[in-house]
Amino acid sequence: MSMGKPLPHDSAPLHVSGAARYLDDIALPAGTLHLAFGLSTCAHGDITAMDLSAVRAAPSVVAVYSADDFPNMPDCSPSAHDEPLLAIGRVHYIGQQVFLVVAESHLAARKAARLARITYADLPALLTVDQALAANSRFEAGPVIWAKGDAAAAITSAPQIIEGSFNVGGQEHFYLEGQIAAAVPQEDGMHIYSSTQHPTEIQHKVAHALHLPMSAVRVETRRMGGGFGGKESQGNALAIACALAARATGRACKLRYDRDDDMMITGKRHDLRIHYRAGIDASGRVLGLEFTHLLRCGWSQDLSLPVADRAMLHADNCYHLPDIRITSHRLKTNTQSATAYRGFGGPQGMIGIERVMDHAAFATGLEPLAVRRANFYRAAEPTGPGTGHRIGAKYSPPNAAPQSTPYFMEVEDFIGHELVAQLEKTSGYQARRAAIAQWNAASPILKRGLALTPVKFGVSFTLTWLNQAGALVHVYQDGSIHLNHGGTEMGQGLNQKVAQVAASVFGVNTGQVHITATDTGKVPNTSATAASSGSDLNGKAAQAACETIRQRMADFIAAKHGCSPDTVRFEDGSVKVAGEVFAFAQVAAWAYQARISLSSTGFYSTPKITWDRVKGAGRPFLYFAYGAAVTEVVIDTLTGENRILRADLLHDTGTSLNPALDIGQIEGAYVQGAGWLTTEELVWNDKGLLTTHAPSTYKIPACSDRPDVFNVALWGKPNREDTVGKSKAVGEPPFMLGISAFFALSDAVAACGDGSVYPDLDAPATPERVLFAVQRQRHV
Amino acid sequence: MTEVAFLLNGTPVRVAGHAPTRTLLDYLREDKHLCGTKEGCNEGDCGACTVMVTDANGAQALNACILFLPQLHGKAVRTVEGMSGPNAELHPVQTEMITHHGSQCGFCTPGFIVSMAVAHAQTRRDHDTTLAGNLCRCTGYAPIIRAAIAAETAPIPAWMAADQVILSAQISSGRSGGADSPSGSSGATSDVFCPTNSDDLADWYMANPDATLIAGATDVGLWVTKQLRDLAPVAFLNGVSDLQHIERQSDQLHIGAGVTITALRKALVPLHPSFAEMLRRYSSEQVRNAATIGGNIANGSPIGDAPPALIALGATLHLRRGAQMRSLPLEKFFIEYRRQDRQPGEFVAGVSIPAEAPALRCYKISKRFDQDISAVLGCFNVTIKDNTVFSARIAFGGMAGIPKRAAEVEAALLGQPWTPATIDTALPAFEKDFQPLSDMRASAAYRLTVAQNLLTRYFHDLAGIPTNVLEVQP
Repeated sequence: MSMGKPLPHDSAPLHVSGAARYLDDIALPAGTLHLAFGLSTCAHGDITAMDLSAVRAAPSVVAVYSADDFPNMPDCSPSAHDEPLLAIGRVHYIGQQVFLVVAESHLAARKAARLARITYADLPALLTVDQALAANSRFEAGPVIWAKGDAAAAITSAPQIIEGSFNVGGQEHFYLEGQIAAAVPQEDGMHIYSSTQHPTEIQHKVAHALHLPMSAVRVETRRMGGGFGGKESQGNALAIACALAARATGRACKLRYDRDDDMMITGKRHDLRIHYRAGIDASGRVLGLEFTHLLRCGWSQDLSLPVADRAMLHADNCYHLPDIRITSHRLKTNTQSATAYRGFGGPQGMIGIERVMDHAAFATGLEPLAVRRANFYRAAEPTGPGTGHRIGAKYSPPNAAPQSTPYFMEVEDFIGHELVAQLEKTSGYQARRAAIAQWNAASPILKRGLALTPVKFGVSFTLTWLNQAGALVHVYQDGSIHLNHGGTEMGQGLNQKVAQVAASVFGVNTGQVHITATDTGKVPNTSATAASSGSDLNGKAAQAACETIRQRMADFIAAKHGCSPDTVRFEDGSVKVAGEVFAFAQVAAWAYQARISLSSTGFYSTPKITWDRVKGAGRPFLYFAYGAAVTEVVIDTLTGENRILRADLLHDTGTSLNPALDIGQIEGAYVQGAGWLTTEELVWNDKGLLTTHAPSTYKIPACSDRPDVFNVALWGKPNREDTVGKSKAVGEPPFMLGISAFFALSDAVAACGDGSVYPDLDAPATPERVLFAVQRQRHV
Repeated sequence: MTEVAFLLNGTPVRVAGHAPTRTLLDYLREDKHLCGTKEGCNEGDCGACTVMVTDANGAQALNACILFLPQLHGKAVRTVEGMSGPNAELHPVQTEMITHHGSQCGFCTPGFIVSMAVAHAQTRRDHDTTLAGNLCRCTGYAPIIRAAIAAETAPIPAWMAADQVILSAQISSGRSGGADSPSGSSGATSDVFCPTNSDDLADWYMANPDATLIAGATDVGLWVTKQLRDLAPVAFLNGVSDLQHIERQSDQLHIGAGVTITALRKALVPLHPSFAEMLRRYSSEQVRNAATIGGNIANGSPIGDAPPALIALGATLHLRRGAQMRSLPLEKFFIEYRRQDRQPGEFVAGVSIPAEAPALRCYKISKRFDQDISAVLGCFNVTIKDNTVFSARIAFGGMAGIPKRAAEVEAALLGQPWTPATIDTALPAFEKDFQPLSDMRASAAYRLTVAQNLLTRYFHDLAGIPTNVLEVQP
């Protein structure tokens, strides 16, 4: 049974030897051309003149295209058809693609793209949420408002009211492999290579641009050098540009963004301002709560609506909020179009309620963990034999009804109480809080802080129809197994996990399962590998395909031996039937000779889910994934310099399909989440120019930024829902464990004051923000 | 144009017909189809392109994206494809990276493998420092460090020393690939000049005063990869061996302009530990291995981490123009933003500093501790006699258009008792010395506040009160 084993990533030997091929490493046909975009230098304006003669005259340039060349401009948007490939008359942000250069080399294309002379008539640029709100510049007609109960009345009648507002910065994905695509013209269509999380979307957009049926476009993705949501929609422009140029020139075309161009062009995590007003009681319980989210969505809609929805869907996190009203403004600005990023709005929603908990603890003078616990959802009742709770039995003790979320979904699986209790113990939380208070009293300049924050993250696409997946499995006559599914590999180990599922069905070693590139020609109509759903969906689909083949093999071999197919066992690389043991390969060969089909598709669609996003009501998620983190930090009160000293994480991945890969996801997500809230600062100047467009100025965590002491454990109990192997999704949920680092910093800042001022820290908590927060504590 | 000869994964290669600023990374990927070495940022900040370069001084990790082919002449390059043994045996760091799940998306992994293998060959244990120049977005680094630790005790594979053996043999037999310069590059009229001594450099630069001098190429590299400039004529200084020495002359330390930051840091550890620790945070291992102190000074960056420390030490700068040498206090060299007191054809030959300054402290403030550009860099060198400030040299980077002395602050301290009250009295002087800018690294208000607070930190630091978050244990 290979499912559940901590096996290495299938590509690890290739990674370490440099043999793993990424798109830019693939040998393309001789004569391949290279593309580069010319970018807008104006945040909002009309193009009054465009002189591309120097671009055309530059060495090695083969073709140059601008809006004039496309009577029907191809669209790159994943949603609202509002992203022309090249700007038509008007530009909407600095970095927007204005023209396209096709040249003999990557360098020649980049050089030529700098030679354009474009003049703009400036229009007022909306750069901030305040400017956009004032101008009523937004997506959708007005704010989206979801309400449960009567928040205003509950707040008014509460013993105490807390109120605040804070800014949370965006985040650059900084996948190490930048955006890249290539197109190789075929006699009857186009073959696209794309570093994308969403091959079907690329196929759809390219087909549309070329006026071809989708069947004439094939998209292939072997692996990405990181995605994190940044390759869900942002690869469309590159693939479309390559396809158009390849059709026009008849030659293969490749487009790879230079890092600075990548950061200047592509969308990032949505930054936002969160305003909250809460009525609380003496125990810190939140009786009524109003949230307002002001999200800066950028110039086009992209995925902003579902991102903003998910922020609202995570405004409760682990806390039961009977009376709540959430208002979400999706503001349109003249900046990069904010896009999917690990958590997809979830982190932005969650940090809001954690801020409320932190503020409530400050206002009541209670220990923050006690306040969090006072607000937790009711624990899930254990069910099943031996628990004393037999669902539906007449004389069973009555179960307490599950509490429901602000969007009226019953929280049936809440394990926060026991998970947090375990982490509190293993991390020594209470003793360390006391020790830190003592340490701080004796340390005038350096102060420590500690915080525990929990995570409850909903798993499923909120656009219900996306919750489907397909797989294609072949067993060859030599017993080797070819595995293909609709998910994409971006480092998360999806292929390894799915291969372990497949190997378990056939009772063979994972090495016998050959993993192949994601290919729209093999599995059609796939969903993006996103929403943490990769292994949930594709694992189930592959399992179904494998089970179909196994059943045929079992039927065949059972008939041959005159026994029931149910008695056939596939294990240890063998097929065991009627007391005899045959090699799996032998049975495959016999089945082939008996004219049994050894190829099958498999399909899965997630059960139980239903969602009305207009009403904000339903069951958008099949289940929740849980976790909690304790982070300890130290700050310097003279400079604001800060550092994570220790992190203890406990995270729920159900019955893990591969504990090693899951721990890898959790560690990596935590550091990325902490980076979002500490060192990673995106800065735009007053002209709308992103000034942090390279790793020299945009600082993701480096090696020494990981916690000195880093304890990571898996909760390890099975998913209540019928997921593949009873596992849970792991891609996004642990990202939000990084929120504990932010509140540990807030705790350290609070240690500088007299308790009269709440440390209203903004994110990211750079040294500058920490220092000024310390000064506010000291009334400087 | 120039023909360049070097060893590539143990095999001699000769390269001709390229622009002198063709990068090793492009050559590897486009010409040699050695695609294991990745382009992550093309500016030396991510380490995905890290290669091992061996010369007479041993092996070190360098960023291939900002390394020009002529810089490799006579050296040996080993890429990730060359980290495994002749029969594809994995290097111990490769094995441990698999065992400890150190790769996820795998794109940064080749760079990590090379950095780890070089550090392993040097028996380094300071993994956070040796890997500060390799960014990983997937793993959170924890499994990579576990792999590095697990590999520590494994023997160094024989093939890791093969390049050194071949190079030594070539040098002793006088064959090419040794110390001679790239062919076709001699003579003062060439567009590409690779001098082997400073006299030749001085003559050529007099004749070509508009030329670009390239030492480590850690800044000039970006003129090519990011600004897409065509540079000519150029001189590559890495062969100018007489500028690469550090010499102790009584109470002075003379540092040749061609000394790398790595070599300087090593020399300063026993003499100026705070300066050396600041240099540990000067960019990354790969950049420090290439960057030179002369380049750092001549470049004239308003931040440039070494100059404020050198100014605080009272450094003397040595310039050469043809046969003429002149010396001046380093702070006089920096006139205004990107303008220095340097004549056409004149170059930085070296810098001298006092060998002792026990009160020197260098404080680097940046958003990220490692491999970041300072928002503020403050260097303090105050001597106190009888609890009175006897002398004060204080210099800052990031506070003005140039690395600059805090003359008013120094004046406010001089002759005063060394007390918190004196510190408080001196704080307003910062506003007279500095009117910093706001940019993506920090606001003007933060810079000014931090500069003031660093004086307070210095006071506490000298008194032994903990002020450094990096020294706090969990």
